[in-house]
Amino acid sequence: MASLKEMRNRIGSVKSTQKITKALNMVAAAKLKRAQDQAESARPYAQKMASVIANLAAGVSGDDAPKLLAGTGAEQKHLIVVATGDKGLAGGFNSNVIRAARERINTLIKGGKDVRIIAVGKKSRDGLARLYGDKLVHTFEMSDHKVIGLPAAEPIADMIAEEFEAGRADVVTLFYSRFQSVISQVPTPKKLIPAEVAGDAPPVNLNGAVYEYEPSEEEILETLLPRNITTQILAALYENQASFFGAQMGAMDNATRNAGDLINSLTLQYNRKRQAQITTELIEIIAGAEAL
Amino acid sequence: MAGKLSFSLVSPEREVFSGLVDQVDAPGVEGDFGVLADHAPFMTALREGTVTVLDGGNRRQFEVEGGFADVTPAGLTILAERASEVAAG
Repeated sequence: MASLKEMRNRIGSVKSTQKITKALNMVAAAKLKRAQDQAESARPYAQKMASVIANLAAGVSGDDAPKLLAGTGAEQKHLIVVATGDKGLAGGFNSNVIRAARERINTLIKGGKDVRIIAVGKKSRDGLARLYGDKLVHTFEMSDHKVIGLPAAEPIADMIAEEFEAGRADVVTLFYSRFQSVISQVPTPKKLIPAEVAGDAPPVNLNGAVYEYEPSEEEILETLLPRNITTQILAALYENQASFFGAQMGAMDNATRNAGDLINSLTLQYNRKRQAQITTELIEIIAGAEAL
Repeated sequence: MAGKLSFSLVSPEREVFSGLVDQVDAPGVEGDFGVLADHAPFMTALREGTVTVLDGGNRRQFEVEGGFADVTPAGLTILAERASEVAAG
């Protein structure tokens, strides 16, 4: 049985842990607000881009459709991009994304497909390198960038385009965590190549007029599609960021509550024990006095 | 004069400008062009350059890079990878 001093120390250490988790919780809450705002302000661009592409894609079809839109026609070589955070202490945030990606990778490997992996975020690399070290192409670390923005998304998009053009990938899928709410983040696969034309984007009503393109429709589509990949990655990174802080907030909230429960039960034990000790001492004194 | 043109300039990071204006001049890859309300629908890539927004007596300029202009009956939208306002001067 622990001595009173040991118990006091224990309570003290749990209390300081609680202070840390509480601080992290508040920091995450503040950062979550910012990440959410950022994700929201990026939405108009992504939406507009999706509807423009849907518009263009409807007009371009058949063999002359750009490969980024139509795919290579094969489905043998898969490139999987897994985006997580660089840090832990966020509950199941990182492991959920990694698990979803791992399931997909395993199915693909079982199906005899070639799989290559790009890891975005340290945790993604750590989680995947152990199992698929030979398939890992490259790791991007988000901590190289102070804020998430185009400079963070562009190198990833460039690398994907490079892999695709070199014929090392037929299908490119991005795994990230979609921010549904503060308490719910959903690991989501998103197909980057061939481009998924958003079905929910409303078609532009032209009132019977005909669109004019400058330069040609194909040329516009060809410059627009690589940009769309960047946009999609950026949007995913923003969502990831918001999800991370949401998950961290939840995890730290739990941890703070657990620490509180632990402090309560330890304090109770400590008080009982102290009381028992006082009682024993009193009995000893009284017994000693009676013996005289 | 016809109604006003609904114009929005968006970059991946935020919406830079949004509102009703009289006229927008933009640098297309095949030549500069101006858009008024009820322009015929068309789409073009943009050069790196300056987008000028005219509204009443006001004039605002934005530096854009890597963009597209999309004119629909609903208005003009410019998507630019980078967009920032040029300080009036």
